[in-house]
Amino acid sequence: MTQWSGYLGLILQGALVTIELTLMGSVLALIMAFLAGMGRVSRFFALRWLATAYIEFFRGTSIFVQLFFAYFVLPLIGLELTPLQAGVLALGLNVGAYAAEVVRGAIQSVGREQYEACIALNLGRWQGMRHVILPQALLIMLPTFGNNAIELLKATSVVSLISLADLTFQAQVVRSQTGNTLVPFTTILIIYFALALIISWGVRSLERRMARGLDGVRV
Amino acid sequence: MEWDWNFVWEIMPTLIQGVKITILATLLGSVLAAIVGLGIALARRSPNKALSRTVGFLAEFIRGTPLLVQLYFIFYVLPDFGILLPPLVAGVIGLGLHYGTYTAEVYRAGIDNVPRGQWEAAKACNLSATQTWTNIIIPQAIPPMIPALANYFIAMFKETPLLSAITVLELMNQAKSVANTYYRYIEPITLVGAFFLVISLFSVVLLRWLEHRYGKIER
Repeated sequence: MTQWSGYLGLILQGALVTIELTLMGSVLALIMAFLAGMGRVSRFFALRWLATAYIEFFRGTSIFVQLFFAYFVLPLIGLELTPLQAGVLALGLNVGAYAAEVVRGAIQSVGREQYEACIALNLGRWQGMRHVILPQALLIMLPTFGNNAIELLKATSVVSLISLADLTFQAQVVRSQTGNTLVPFTTILIIYFALALIISWGVRSLERRMARGLDGVRV
Repeated sequence: MEWDWNFVWEIMPTLIQGVKITILATLLGSVLAAIVGLGIALARRSPNKALSRTVGFLAEFIRGTPLLVQLYFIFYVLPDFGILLPPLVAGVIGLGLHYGTYTAEVYRAGIDNVPRGQWEAAKACNLSATQTWTNIIIPQAIPPMIPALANYFIAMFKETPLLSAITVLELMNQAKSVANTYYRYIEPITLVGAFFLVISLFSVVLLRWLEHRYGKIER
């Protein structure tokens, strides 16, 4: 019994790493999503092109390949990364590319009349974006952002393959030390599922909070 | 470290071996996902509450946990229960089950999109449940789903590198073994990335065409 509690501690440590990765990856993904998503609807051709190239590149190659690239190839061109840095970088850039399309879609789905109202009120492009368009678009983005965050959480399992001690890695450690497979893998499956449920619950309550006061505006 | 074309040509045959397995796994996984998805979608519509709830929860669980851990589960845990699967079979089952839960949503939406009148007309013509499904509903529901299904199959293709973790000798694994033998990472990993990027750029074109050809969903 005592040894199982030790192994459980190991798995919980892994859970902390997974949570840490998910949070840091999400922050990077959010930043990239807004940069690239707004870049896609920019007036400037160069910005649009740059954003499209980023999105297509990171959506087009698999997260696994990107992670290996970040961890094994970048050091060869002089950019040494720890596993955690490589993990956050790959996860954030990859999911950010998917989320950028969500940002673009949400911005474009805000009604024409809102843009016209901005012009009528003599708001600058940035003012209109900041005070009129984004507050409405944010609400449209939120549910999909929740899904993206869950995808990111699931993708964190891949970092175990570059020797970062996350949940999946610790489960492998427990497997190799005890020879038992059912217990560690079932445990981490349940932990992952619980984390995914927490994310979707969090996003839903955030959505409710933000929708307050917008009842008349949105259908 | 410099890019070396001679080395690229030297490792090309090995990588092509891997490409074959990658494509095979994607095709088999897609077929399985298409079947599993339909099964889940039909089970969730079943009047039997216990069946639809159980299948619904299982699908939710599979969708909320990482594919990598599911692959480990199939590959390492099932042998304890006497089910010993070759790596490729385990990988295809993992891919098929995981993406089956996604395609199930596509089927659900497709079936829901068949107008009510079609169901009523089938009833009015005195068709049995089986006849209604095979002759009326499925033929109308499938074509609008094709772009969304193809989208998931492309996503699955990008996840096949995960199979390397359960020792399937697909592209990523061949690249890793080449890299470890010659201790050169730049060429193999970059080539894998380039391969996935090229295929996904082509698949974007294919998707556009599919959407143009089939994706006329009336709103």
